[in-house]
Amino acid sequence: MKHQAEEIAVQERKTLGFWIYLMTDSVLFAGLFATFAVLRGNTFGGPSGAELFNLPFVLLETMILLVSSFTIGMALLGSARGFKKQTIFWLMITFALGAAFLTLELSEFSKLAAEGNSWQSSAFLSAYFTLVGTHGLHIAVGLLWLIVMIVRLWRFNFKKSDLGRLALFGMFWHFLDVIWIFVFSIVYLMGAA
Amino acid sequence: MKGRMTTHDTSTRYASYIVGFILSVFATLVAYLVVVNHIWPMETLVYIILGVAVMQLIVQSVFFLHIGQGSRWRLITFVFAIIIVLIVVVGTIWIMNNLDYNMMRMTPDQMQLYMKQHEGI
Amino acid sequence: MLSDWQQLIFGRLTASDFVHDPIMAGAGIGMAGALVLAMIGLTYFKKWKWLWQNWITSLDPKKIGVMYIVVAVIMLLRGLADALLLRAQQITNGSTEVLTSDHFQQIFSAHGTIMIFFVAMGLIFGIFNLIIPAQIGARDVAFPFLNSVSFWLFAAGMILINAPLIVGEFSTAGWLAYPPLSELQYSPGVGVDYWIWSLQIAGIGSLLSGINFFVTILKMRAPGMTMMKMPIFVWSALSSLSLVMFAFPILTATLGMLSLDRLMGMHFFTSGAGGNPMLYVNLIWAWGHPEVYILALPAFGIFSEIVATFSGKRLFGYKSMVVALIAITVLSFTVWLHHFFTMGAGADVNTFFGIMTMVIAIPTGVKVFNWIFTMYRGRVRFTTPMLWFMGFIVTFTLGGLTGVLMSVPAADFQFHNSLFLVAHFHNMIVGGVVFGVFAGVTYWFPKFTGFTLNERLGKYAFWLWIVGFLLAFVPLYILGFMGATRRLDHYDPSLGWQGLFIVAGVGVLLICLGVAFQVLQVIVSIKQRKENRVGSDPWNGRTLEWATASPPEEYNFAVIPTVTTRDAFWEMKKAKHHEVTPEYADIWVPKRSGVGAIIGLLSLIFGLAIIWHIIWLVVVSFIAIVVAIIMRVTSDDTEEKISAAAITKREMNRSAA
Repeated sequence: MKHQAEEIAVQERKTLGFWIYLMTDSVLFAGLFATFAVLRGNTFGGPSGAELFNLPFVLLETMILLVSSFTIGMALLGSARGFKKQTIFWLMITFALGAAFLTLELSEFSKLAAEGNSWQSSAFLSAYFTLVGTHGLHIAVGLLWLIVMIVRLWRFNFKKSDLGRLALFGMFWHFLDVIWIFVFSIVYLMGAA
Repeated sequence: MKGRMTTHDTSTRYASYIVGFILSVFATLVAYLVVVNHIWPMETLVYIILGVAVMQLIVQSVFFLHIGQGSRWRLITFVFAIIIVLIVVVGTIWIMNNLDYNMMRMTPDQMQLYMKQHEGI
Repeated sequence: MLSDWQQLIFGRLTASDFVHDPIMAGAGIGMAGALVLAMIGLTYFKKWKWLWQNWITSLDPKKIGVMYIVVAVIMLLRGLADALLLRAQQITNGSTEVLTSDHFQQIFSAHGTIMIFFVAMGLIFGIFNLIIPAQIGARDVAFPFLNSVSFWLFAAGMILINAPLIVGEFSTAGWLAYPPLSELQYSPGVGVDYWIWSLQIAGIGSLLSGINFFVTILKMRAPGMTMMKMPIFVWSALSSLSLVMFAFPILTATLGMLSLDRLMGMHFFTSGAGGNPMLYVNLIWAWGHPEVYILALPAFGIFSEIVATFSGKRLFGYKSMVVALIAITVLSFTVWLHHFFTMGAGADVNTFFGIMTMVIAIPTGVKVFNWIFTMYRGRVRFTTPMLWFMGFIVTFTLGGLTGVLMSVPAADFQFHNSLFLVAHFHNMIVGGVVFGVFAGVTYWFPKFTGFTLNERLGKYAFWLWIVGFLLAFVPLYILGFMGATRRLDHYDPSLGWQGLFIVAGVGVLLICLGVAFQVLQVIVSIKQRKENRVGSDPWNGRTLEWATASPPEEYNFAVIPTVTTRDAFWEMKKAKHHEVTPEYADIWVPKRSGVGAIIGLLSLIFGLAIIWHIIWLVVVSFIAIVVAIIMRVTSDDTEEKISAAAITKREMNRSAA
């Protein structure tokens, strides 16, 4: 088998590489944020954000995501100490919270679309649905990743590679919460004028 | 066993998550309440919202993402990414708002009205 | 009209989409025919297993690099064919219709897209794969499987960009597909969709490669090789990769939004419902400007290595070269508006970007002087790579001067979208990037094959290229100065410009002759390979790749060297180490994997499905990609061992031979 030093070096590369991917993802979101900022006033005669957004609802979504950032931290700590049941427990809570977030968001989207304010109605709404929807897609990918990890942990116990991947997932999940801070602030709070 | 953290390491980490969580909730609520209760006019609020958001960014980067620990390159690429994000967002807003510089800064509707009134078009 | 069943199964694809006009049909049949011939050849010589085991499933960056270059060269021939057709149409100047207007527009769109995304990017990434691991004293890249995926995504994009020759049509909106022309209202067909998805898929490959090589350089250098001891080519690659990582996401987002406009009726850039086409122009160039530096910086790095080697001197001003590279990297994110000075911005905005554009010329100038100072008092050998360098100095400086001229916003109002602009950017990309890649390929060819390229034919090719290039593009500067607009298929004969177009046409023919000589050079060199056999260090090189065998073993270095200085290999040669038989240890290498190629194939199918609106296939191929990724990521058996005994045997055999 290979040296421990070599394995640590490999994990360091994966951590740095994945971190850099997250940094590139920020630039992708920057493009979407810039687009939203430019197009937010182009409602084509339709309603603006202030008229459409339900701030208490969005606050609930924000809190759910924030708690899930905490619970994934707990899962990571459990895994670092080798506690399988604890880790799976916290991972499942994180999954439930993430799924709740997505459900709320999807209900918000379908309500808007049903009342005639869809992504096809105006540039503002196209920008809104795409920015928030891209974040939601990332959350969905995260949920899929969580399922795969939970299943593996259940069946196989901890393997070294799983610990590494869990750490990467933690970074991913925290990153999505950071992006949400700006969605919450720039799209919803600033839109409330 | 390799990779297992000591109890001391984990208690610092627990503290990190708890502090980060509390500060983030606080920041979120501050921004939310300030907006919902219209404590200041929107022009001022924009700066407060952004300021609180940046503060929360720093809190989550430090306490959840552990920026500053580990490889130095994480911090370097983080800073560079922030710079590029600012250039793209601020640059785009600056440029796009400037494109009507030579057009008396009118909206299409205003322009139509102007042309009707002054040139009979 | 399509029946419901037909639409369900085939989307908007119909039999008539396979029918094309004679020239396009000829090209399509030609390409498909070449592919079929290749497949027949593989079957006849029973080489499928060899192809699968040694190339398609290989995770060795040396193999992946060769594949990138092969694909890029094929695309170069396609792009040159497009250029010939464009020139031919402009020479006849409306007196005949070699090409319909619609066809002409498809060709200039294809020409630009192919040359930038598939020729230039392919050659640059090919060279990264071949050279970076060896130059830093490593055996592989940080993420070998991801490297394979990146290549196969690139290949999928290449097939998508060529597929319109066989089924459907290509975009007529230029290489950047500005809206509103690229929106559904004005381009309802599949052309723009082909363009979008080909680039989206290849672009993801580029981004992943950017991260891969960046981490490789930061984390896998040989012991003792600090950042300031790295070869200057590695620094230029690091800069280019930084740009790849932080600019390509903007392209992904922008192409994504355009595709949402087209697929889901959104209104980002439409001319109604509040959309803003100028926003697209802004975003696409925020990517587009860094992109040209992504291409140029590695070319600079290649020239730095070549000038030092063939002057027998170390590079002059290494530190200032590094600073210049970093400065160009940062500055390239601050100039993008110079691509649309005329779009309406006020004087203050235009001036800021104009000044930044002038500023970015300064570090580039520093580099040119450093190269010249490197040659000064050196023992210069005028080999083919050095000739390409001298050609580069002349053409790139010319192009740079015209760039600074256009960076003055007021002047740019005259030159924007004229043939002057066209001449400028061809000057930079051909004179800079293409010449750089040709120099690099000639320089490093013996390392990867074990024999040199025929010098005489190489020199003929160079002279044909440089004379042809100047003849083809200097007239365009003159025409642009006189007011000729770009992308027109004919100009008013009474203007008297015909003569200049004919001169340009002659230039293109000379370039084609130069390419023919290059092809001949490769064929002749292969035939003469026994006479031209060389060892690991044919040029008396300075950097670590010359310490490996020619061609290198899979693992590059049997023992990773310890580095103490810059120009590590040069110093090792000077120190004349005793030939102590080193201690060999087991080496772990990645196992072959076909999953990369499978992901590429599935991405190709996904792209075609989404272009033709075959929804069931979009869903199926997407799910298959996700499944393939999950299966690969969760598999643990991905490496195999080369035993110390096997290594000892290989090294002994080589030194005995």
